[in-house]
Amino acid sequence: MKTTRRRRSGERVRWWTYALLALAAFACLFPLYWMFIVATTDTATATNLPPEIVPGGNFFHLAGLVFSTVPFVRSIVNSLVVAGTIGVGQAVLCALAGFAFAKMRFRGRNALFLFVVLTMTVPTQLAIVPQYMIISSLGWVDTLQALIVPGLANAFGIFWMRQHISSAISDEILQAARIDGASTWQIFWRVAFPLVRPAAFVLGLLGFVTAWNDFLWPFVVLKSPEMYTVQIAIKALQNSFNIDLGLAMSGSFLATLPLLVLFVFVGRRMVAGIMNGAFKG
Amino acid sequence: MTTSISPTKASLPPAPPVQAARRGFTETVAPYAYITPFFVLFAVFGLIPLLFTFYVALFDWNPIGEHVFVGLDNFSRLVGDVRFWNAARNTVSIWLLSTVPQLLIALVLAHLLNHVRLRLALFFRMTMLVPYITSVAATAIVFVQMFDRDYGLLNWLLGLVGFEHIDFTQSVIGSHVLIAVMVTWRWFGYTTLLYLASLQAVPRAIYEAAAVDGAGGVRQFLHISLPSLRPVIVFTIVTSTIGGLQIFTEALLMNRGAANTCGPVRQCQTLTLFLFEQGFIQFKFGYAAAVGVALFVMVVVLAGLNYFLSTRIRPVKG
Repeated sequence: MKTTRRRRSGERVRWWTYALLALAAFACLFPLYWMFIVATTDTATATNLPPEIVPGGNFFHLAGLVFSTVPFVRSIVNSLVVAGTIGVGQAVLCALAGFAFAKMRFRGRNALFLFVVLTMTVPTQLAIVPQYMIISSLGWVDTLQALIVPGLANAFGIFWMRQHISSAISDEILQAARIDGASTWQIFWRVAFPLVRPAAFVLGLLGFVTAWNDFLWPFVVLKSPEMYTVQIAIKALQNSFNIDLGLAMSGSFLATLPLLVLFVFVGRRMVAGIMNGAFKG
Repeated sequence: MTTSISPTKASLPPAPPVQAARRGFTETVAPYAYITPFFVLFAVFGLIPLLFTFYVALFDWNPIGEHVFVGLDNFSRLVGDVRFWNAARNTVSIWLLSTVPQLLIALVLAHLLNHVRLRLALFFRMTMLVPYITSVAATAIVFVQMFDRDYGLLNWLLGLVGFEHIDFTQSVIGSHVLIAVMVTWRWFGYTTLLYLASLQAVPRAIYEAAAVDGAGGVRQFLHISLPSLRPVIVFTIVTSTIGGLQIFTEALLMNRGAANTCGPVRQCQTLTLFLFEQGFIQFKFGYAAAVGVALFVMVVVLAGLNYFLSTRIRPVKG
C-alpha cells in the first residue's frame, strides 16, 4: 500500500483536513494534560480563576497524600496481578479455542462457534445480582480471583483469534508437523501459536487494558481497602475529602500513567491490531 | 480478513494410523478440551446468572435473610415506580446523546484519515486511542472538574465570552450532556479506527473511476464510502446500544454528595445505577433483579430494532 502511493481521489490533502484532525487529537490529549495540571496544583490554586495552564510544583506532595490516604501501592499491585493474569490467560485460551474452531474437525463445531458469536450480544452485566450470589457461594467475595476467573472468558477474542489463525496459518505446515509425529497439543503450541503470537499479544493487551480499567464488578465484589484495584482506590480518594480535587486527580493520573507509558511502546501495535480485527466489508 | 462465520475449508488432518491407535481418545477430545474453558466460564458467570435473574425477580429476596416467593409483585411495583421510569428516561436520553454524535464524528474522521498522502497518520491514529486506554473512573473525575460550575475550565471560558455559568452536574440535561461527552470522548477514536479499516478495504480504483466520472469528495463519500461501511456501521450501532444502555461508572462518579442516585433529584441515575442502588445499597435483590430483567428487555428490543432498521434502510441509489 505504501509503495504504490495511490491517492484517494486524485486530490491533495487540504489544510482543513489537518485542522480537523489536529482538533480531534487536541480533544483526545487535553483532558489528560488537564488531569496532570490539577494533579500538580494544590487546592487553593486549583480553584483559582483564571485556571492555571502550566503544571504546579505540588506533584510529589499530592502523590504522597494519595499513598497515605489509601493503600495505593497495594492497589497498583492488585491491578497488575488481575489485569496481567487476565491478559495472558485470554491470549492463550482464545488462541487455543480459535485454533480448534479454525483448524480442527469435530462434531458440532459450527453450531458451537455460532453460540460463541451470539454470546457477544448478551448484556451479562445486568445479571450482576446473581453473579454476586455465585461469587459469594464460592467464598470469593473480597478476593482477586473473583475478578480474574470470570474475566478469562472472551468470546470476541475467540472470534478474533480464529480469524487470524484461519488466514495466517496454512494447512500444509500443520500437515507437515502431523507427519513428523506431533500431537495436536504440540502442533498448537510449537507451530500454530508462535505464528499468531503478534495477534495474541494485541488481544492480551486489550484484555489487560479492559481489566485494568474495569469498575462496576470490582466495586461490587471488593470490600476491604487492601483488596482494591486502582480504579476503586480512585473512587475512595474521591470520597475521602470533600473539597480536594487535586487528590482524586492525582490518584487518577497515577492510575493512568502506567497505561500511557505502556501505550507509547505498544500503541502502534494496538492500532494495527484493532484495525486488522475489524470488519472489512 | 472477512467476518463470515461460515466453516473454514481447512481442517487439521487426523493423526496418522500409528498414533491414532495409541492416543485415539486424547486426540478425539482435544478440540472439545480446547473450547471447554470458555463454555464453562460463560455458563457459570454469564448464562446461569442471566437465567437466575428471571428467577430471583420473582422473590422478595434479602441477601442475609430469607426469600419469599411473591410472583410478579416486583414487576407491578416496578411499573408504578417513578424512580424506575426516571432511570429509564435518563438511560435512553444519555444513550442517544452519546451514540449519535460519536458515530457521526467517527464517520467524518475516518473519511479524513483515509488519505494515503496524509502526513502524521500514525500519530493521529494513536492519539485517538488514548481516551480508550484511559479508565472511565479517571475520565469521570477529570471531566466533572473541567465542567464544574464554579471552578471549571469550560464555564470559565463561557464566562469570558459573556455566557452564564452552566451547572452541568446538578441539572437534568446538563448532567446527561456531560455523561454523553465522556462516553463520546472515550469511544469515538476506537470507532474511527474500525471505520477506517473498512474504508481501506475498498479498492482505490473505484474512487479513481468515480473521480474520472466527475464525482467530488462528498458524492464519493455518500456513494462509495458509506455503502461499503454498512456492515461495520450496523456492528457499531448494535454494540454502542448494548454498551450505552448499561452506563454506570460515569453516573456514579458525577455527584459525590449523592453518588448512588447521581445527584439529589436522581437527575442522571441510569438503569444500571438504579439496579446497583436497589441491589447493593438497599439489599433488595429481588427488586434489583426485576430491574435487570427490564433492562434486558430494553437492550434486546432496542438493539434488535437498531439492527433491523440499519440493515433495512438502503442507501440512495446513485
